[in-house]
Amino acid sequence: MKQVIWELKEHRQIAKNTYLMRLSGDTSSLVNPGQFVEVSLPGFYLRRPFSVCDYDEFGATLIYKVLGQGTKAMTRYEKGMKLDVLCGLGNGFDLSKSGQKPLLVGGGAGVPPLYRLCKELTNMGRQATVVLGFNTKEEVFFEQEFLALGAEVIVCTMDGSKGVKGLVTDACAFENHSYFYACGPLPMLKALCSLAKIPGEVSLEERMGCGFGACMGCAVMTKTGPQRVCKEGPVFHKEALVW
Amino acid sequence: MVNTQVSLCGIRLKNPVMAASGTFGFGQEFARLYDINCLGSFSFKGTTLHKRDGNPTPRIAETPCGMLNAVGLQNPGVEKVIEEELPGIAKIFNAPVMANVSGFSVSDYVWVCELLDQCEQVGWLEVNVSCPNVHGGGMSFGTQASSAAEVTREVKKVCKKPVIIKLSPNVTDIVEIAKACEGAGADGLSLINTLLGMRLNLKTRKPLLPFVTGGLSGPAVFPVALRMVYQVYKAVKIPVIGMGGVSSAEDVIEMMLAGATAVQVGSANLVNPYACRDIVKDLPRAMAEYNITSLEQIIGGAH
Repeated sequence: MKQVIWELKEHRQIAKNTYLMRLSGDTSSLVNPGQFVEVSLPGFYLRRPFSVCDYDEFGATLIYKVLGQGTKAMTRYEKGMKLDVLCGLGNGFDLSKSGQKPLLVGGGAGVPPLYRLCKELTNMGRQATVVLGFNTKEEVFFEQEFLALGAEVIVCTMDGSKGVKGLVTDACAFENHSYFYACGPLPMLKALCSLAKIPGEVSLEERMGCGFGACMGCAVMTKTGPQRVCKEGPVFHKEALVW
Repeated sequence: MVNTQVSLCGIRLKNPVMAASGTFGFGQEFARLYDINCLGSFSFKGTTLHKRDGNPTPRIAETPCGMLNAVGLQNPGVEKVIEEELPGIAKIFNAPVMANVSGFSVSDYVWVCELLDQCEQVGWLEVNVSCPNVHGGGMSFGTQASSAAEVTREVKKVCKKPVIIKLSPNVTDIVEIAKACEGAGADGLSLINTLLGMRLNLKTRKPLLPFVTGGLSGPAVFPVALRMVYQVYKAVKIPVIGMGGVSSAEDVIEMMLAGATAVQVGSANLVNPYACRDIVKDLPRAMAEYNITSLEQIIGGAH
């Protein structure tokens, strides 16, 4: 973990209630896809956690969905703004377990961290299948970006306005894969874990106090007792979680 | 040269700044970021007789200038704290630590305090009779003078080390409870624990926290904490540790002027992991600005 100042370089809406920020600054504490950052928002007390969508040595990309007062305020942030960021939090995904044909499943605001994961898996020569779930076509984002990485992409919408109609679980052919990675709403993750006969890991979301393990605000129950989503997570093996 | 040293129940602290229980874990997360030996001390995570998994999530909510928490005393239990956490603390912190203790019965408090009292690293016992986030324990002991005094009296019987009672602000008259604890033998008082609050989710029209209520902390509560420290200092002879929204060296000085011998920093650690270190670093500057050469000399200076 490192406290850094990032400068907002690019900020645009990419789908309904969904925004992309490109920020420049020190990313040396990011070592694994699936890690997150805690951003201090002027006028708000607690930092806000965001998964990292992508990064390089010069900066990082965050994608956020407007869900409350904090993210609503963020939509007004302009280029050149400096943000106080706790960078490189959490453990991220375990790439070594992917097998040759990993399945990546993202739901809504859970899609962003899968992008970096997909990029690294593709660079390792893996053939990733990405299933992206949204409520409706206006919310769909990053379909083209995943395709550009060379992944097979399946888009699902609840209302059927784009791609497969229904839940991501309807579009997951687990039998064709040896391992899955997922990030999204809790009901989606629960359904995936109960349906999938293959091993996998899920990235959890929780309201956090600190984001670095001090406050016990974001505990999740596992087979070995409560663990911190921010510190031992946010990624947990399917088998470890007690739903 | 300015003198930041203070003495708390006979133990010298290099400065009055301590991290508050529940915001600093057992120190490990912070020791990775800076040398925590710069602190006067810290009060470790509230420890109970048996391990506790805590409350359902979400446990945290934003508020104007602060936050609510309903963690619910998640901790590994006193045995594990002594076996695993205290040896861990020994590697990162050289001075005595404050052992924060919570319970659900008087015998819980007595048992846990007796065990921790025997640990060499423990300098003080901070008996939390004010946790608002558990049912049937915690705060229910601290909201009545008679039960607060009973816990104090029984814990004092088994402890050789100074016993500090952590008081709840969720009472009509904190002075009455402070005096009752003093009368029962408390060596010091720490105040305030969090203020009981709540928030609603406008979409579901239900409480944001599944526990319904949570403890309010952060800069929002600083004036309330300061007022209570001021009132309690005036009414008792034992030292008072002030806490509640402290976020700067100036806040530390203000708390001390109101009557605090030492000052704990809580929620600030969560939003700025370097908060305690920054406050300690900044103290000499703030002292010079207000013509203070010795912090010990300003305790209760506002009275």
